[in-house]
Amino acid sequence: MTKIAISSEGPTLLDQVDPRFGRAAGFIIADPEDMTSTYIDNGASQARAQGAGIQAAETVARHDVSAVLTGYVGPKAFQALSAAGIKVAQDFGNISVKEAIERYNQGNIAWVKLSQTKGPRR
Amino acid sequence: MKISIASGKGGTGKTMVTASLATIWRRPLVAVDLDVEEPNLHLFLKPSISDQWAAFMEVPKVDESRCDFCRQCSDLCQFKAISVLNSVVMVFTEMCHGCGGCIAVCPKKAITSDHRMLGEISLGTFQTKGFLMGRLRVGESMSPPLIKKVLEELSCQKIFSDKTDVLIDAPPGVSCPAVSAVIESDVIVLVTEPTPFGLFDLRLAQQAFIPLDKPMGVVINRAGIGNNAIYQFCKKAQLPVLAEIPYQRSIAEAYSKGLVIARNSKKMSNLFFQLTKAIFRLAASELKVQHA
Repeated sequence: MTKIAISSEGPTLLDQVDPRFGRAAGFIIADPEDMTSTYIDNGASQARAQGAGIQAAETVARHDVSAVLTGYVGPKAFQALSAAGIKVAQDFGNISVKEAIERYNQGNIAWVKLSQTKGPRR
Repeated sequence: MKISIASGKGGTGKTMVTASLATIWRRPLVAVDLDVEEPNLHLFLKPSISDQWAAFMEVPKVDESRCDFCRQCSDLCQFKAISVLNSVVMVFTEMCHGCGGCIAVCPKKAITSDHRMLGEISLGTFQTKGFLMGRLRVGESMSPPLIKKVLEELSCQKIFSDKTDVLIDAPPGVSCPAVSAVIESDVIVLVTEPTPFGLFDLRLAQQAFIPLDKPMGVVINRAGIGNNAIYQFCKKAQLPVLAEIPYQRSIAEAYSKGLVIARNSKKMSNLFFQLTKAIFRLAASELKVQHA
């Protein structure tokens, strides 16, 4: 069974995808095959002054997901997710979590590559 | 005596006041530029720099072969500078505040100390006085660690005796950089201007620095523009107005050429001598109150 995490504004599949990753209200951990899901609150990350994205990456990594669907992932969170072997897809704004999972099931997902994440130039 | 020249609002004239005071100061002095994000006091004091070195902060380095991914470091770090993701440990060096907690808490001794360059510290002289400056590394996001390192030099460098006065050009604002710069001072001089912007930020600065319990006074720069609200605020808040620098084209012209305005005219030089006296009085009045 493969699980995926979707940043969500609320606890149900009918809630909107939260366009933020690190400071998302919470995450829906879903099995895309049978649409079963659990919700994890991300309040602790929201309250952080810094490192919200990394904290959120730790949270979803702990739930053993293979992919994250969200609006936008910052460069540090992306590095962390990649290190944990989690794939990332962005631009899931303005749709429900259910629609996001359906899009995932249709298989037409553009996975983010490292070169696409914005960050400070070194 | 340590005196910080601070302000809430940027661009009110901190460096202009610091450069003038430093130039006419009659006792042994070291002028310190702690506006490390954009130091510019040297442009006016034109010190000869005798020594320059890099300042570093301790950050963690992980030996993953010794790590059992227990997450104690990751759970302790308030800044997520160290993160355990399943069986990978990631260090985000630029987010580390250098507390050393992860190194101390690691049960496997898998974390050792590495370092991150904060910036450069310069030491020099102007006239017969000392000069010290911090310059933040481009890309470094935290200035307080470097500000603290520069302040440490005051006690490390043997050339500064206990009797040497310290004049600090502080960074603008009222957050950690400004507080780190003024926290060890005996007196805080707030430079402002009589505009709504000046007043708003002066109020913030006063509120931020009150808990430090130090004598504070105000220098009003560009006096003559704006309105009287700032004078009313100072009166109500019992902040003495130590000096008023008039809004004059000649001052702006001199400043733009890198000149010290206390040297620009007799009137200005007198104004800054009076300010020096007012600062001494402010410091002395506080001593009396404490001893009474």
